[in-house]
Amino acid sequence: MASKTRLGCQNREKTMKNVLLATAAAAVMAAPALADIKVGMITTLSGGGAGLGVDVRDGFMLAIQQSGRDDIEVVIEDDQRKPDIAVQLADKMVQSEKVDVLTGIIWSNLAMAVVPSVTAQGKFYLSPNAGPSPLAGKGCHENYFNVAWQNDNLHEAAGSYANTAGYSNSFIMAPNYPAGTDALTGYKRMFEGEVANEVYTKLGQTDYAAEIAQIRASGADSVYFFLPGGMGISFLKQYAGSGVDLPVVGPAFSFDQGILQAVGDAALGVVNTSQWNKDIDNPTNAAFVESFQAAYGRLPSLYASQGFDTANLLISAVEAADVSDAGAFRDALRAADFDSTRGDFAFGSNHHPVQTIYAREVIKEGDVFTNKIIGKALENHSDAYAGECKM
Amino acid sequence: MLTLLIIEQVLNGLQFGVMLFLMAAGLTLIFGVMGLINLAHGSLYMVGAFAAAWVAGATGSFLLALIAALAAAAAAGALVEVLVIRRLYKAAHLDQVLATFALILIFSEGTRWIFGSFPLFLDVPSYLSGPITLPGGIAYPLYRLVLIGIGIAVALGLWWLTARTRLGIQIRAGENDREMIAALGVDISRLYTLVFALGAALAGLAGALVGAIQSVQVGMGEPVLILAFVVIVIGGIGSIRGAFVGAMLVGLTDTLGGVFLPELFKLFMESGAATQTGSSLASMSVYILMSIVLIWRPSGLFGVRA
Repeated sequence: MASKTRLGCQNREKTMKNVLLATAAAAVMAAPALADIKVGMITTLSGGGAGLGVDVRDGFMLAIQQSGRDDIEVVIEDDQRKPDIAVQLADKMVQSEKVDVLTGIIWSNLAMAVVPSVTAQGKFYLSPNAGPSPLAGKGCHENYFNVAWQNDNLHEAAGSYANTAGYSNSFIMAPNYPAGTDALTGYKRMFEGEVANEVYTKLGQTDYAAEIAQIRASGADSVYFFLPGGMGISFLKQYAGSGVDLPVVGPAFSFDQGILQAVGDAALGVVNTSQWNKDIDNPTNAAFVESFQAAYGRLPSLYASQGFDTANLLISAVEAADVSDAGAFRDALRAADFDSTRGDFAFGSNHHPVQTIYAREVIKEGDVFTNKIIGKALENHSDAYAGECKM
Repeated sequence: MLTLLIIEQVLNGLQFGVMLFLMAAGLTLIFGVMGLINLAHGSLYMVGAFAAAWVAGATGSFLLALIAALAAAAAAGALVEVLVIRRLYKAAHLDQVLATFALILIFSEGTRWIFGSFPLFLDVPSYLSGPITLPGGIAYPLYRLVLIGIGIAVALGLWWLTARTRLGIQIRAGENDREMIAALGVDISRLYTLVFALGAALAGLAGALVGAIQSVQVGMGEPVLILAFVVIVIGGIGSIRGAFVGAMLVGLTDTLGGVFLPELFKLFMESGAATQTGSSLASMSVYILMSIVLIWRPSGLFGVRA
């Protein structure tokens, strides 16, 4: 906690100092800016979804700090998980802060509100999390890069895992909003069995007694659910207390390091799908997990790994090209010549990762709940929308 | 099978209803007695849940956690009343809304500052966990039955308090004519603080009880707050009895609507589309209920004021 604050402060002080210096410089008449590249990070740092934004920010800043570069200036702002605020912040960053690159948005609805307009203004956008399908397909853009996944990916992996686990009849459930429908679509795209029932819950719903009774009555042999954050905590606790014992599969979003401790024993043994885990065996990942823990006093989540990878992608591009030469900078980003926590990293034709997605199981290490990789759910997987992308 | 499913869902609806009642009772008391719209009521629910999670984590005792939730929420309520709310009784409703909305932000960020951005762990104690078999062969979680029991006990207790005690007489008198009871020598500001702390304690209790089966996180109170407002509007503002009936109606409508509307649409629609339409309509069902009640009785089921 203390170290987190310290890093945050350093960063803020540094930003302040740079801003002051930049203002002074501007006053003396248009001297060149101090930082060679300016990054605007819009992410969720307050309210219920803050855990994700904090992880992305901390992972991102850790990579910047480790690179030792002082020519990358990062301006961080809190979008409060509200699309209108995110849009205002993006306008401010583009127009008055004059950033070159934007990043940080967690939620797909915010990304849809911000990304198309900033890329149209010639800025680069590196997504550390949200990957809505329009931006991977028809709405793709040469300046938009997604370092995490296309939204459907982890769900497709879950469907594929359910096949290998031998499930033939799934009860599937997600909140009634675009990412929820994408999730169930993704699962069904890969799952070869029957769907016993398909249920859409309310976004932000916290009581799942009614759905659990439906699961009990459905005759399914497995349950698939996409309930990110607090919704997943509620569901898993209530499911564990209900006496229904069908196996559960989900994407990593309900089993990340930030919320597992709040779920407790109810999550033990549940299989979930993720493109990252702390036991992926490569030196970058081992160093990342260790240094993240040392800097912030907690284990990193997949969001932290995505923030870290996003920053390292950016650094690799800064090393190869000047951001004022947009074409060269774009090529440098596309080359993705950096050491990822996921091992080899490559972009597909629509600037979304082509990657392996793992099946993980929730385990307990000492007192801490965490995940262990038990196998690969999908290998070198792209996404279903790449074909629609013409750039 | 279908009968069992219906009975189970009715129990779920009742359980949801009694928890809403705990929230709505405080809200309606505060509005009824002091004429104050308290948007920060959801924050007191959150305070209760966080206090419970913290004490349960430190001591391992669920009972102590509940006591801590009651105490912390009542203390937070009393403090807020003395420091902020007291200045708002004469203000317009819009000023009250603005000030109590500010309190939401202060409570949320204050909690995040103390406990961090990640949800806390609070679990059902082992002696209340797991399902029990009801007559007819329904396996139902014991904890939810206990919640129904606690909710009904609190409702009876509140009825006794308002109908049979001196404090209750003062509360009811305060609802009707606050100048008169002040003139009769009742310390009105002490009464207000007491009522506010009582409402806060009920919200805190609900937060702790529900927190054990949901996630204890910043902002957990606001979705419940909206439904609690729907409950008191349906029940009639200021009426405890109305809050109870309203909470049951909302709890049952919300639960049964969510389950059976999609099934209903499946009778004449393709499955995927039926699920989506049914679910969307189910999220509206509570508000549709509210509109119908308001058309029929503009001041709510048990409301006295227009």
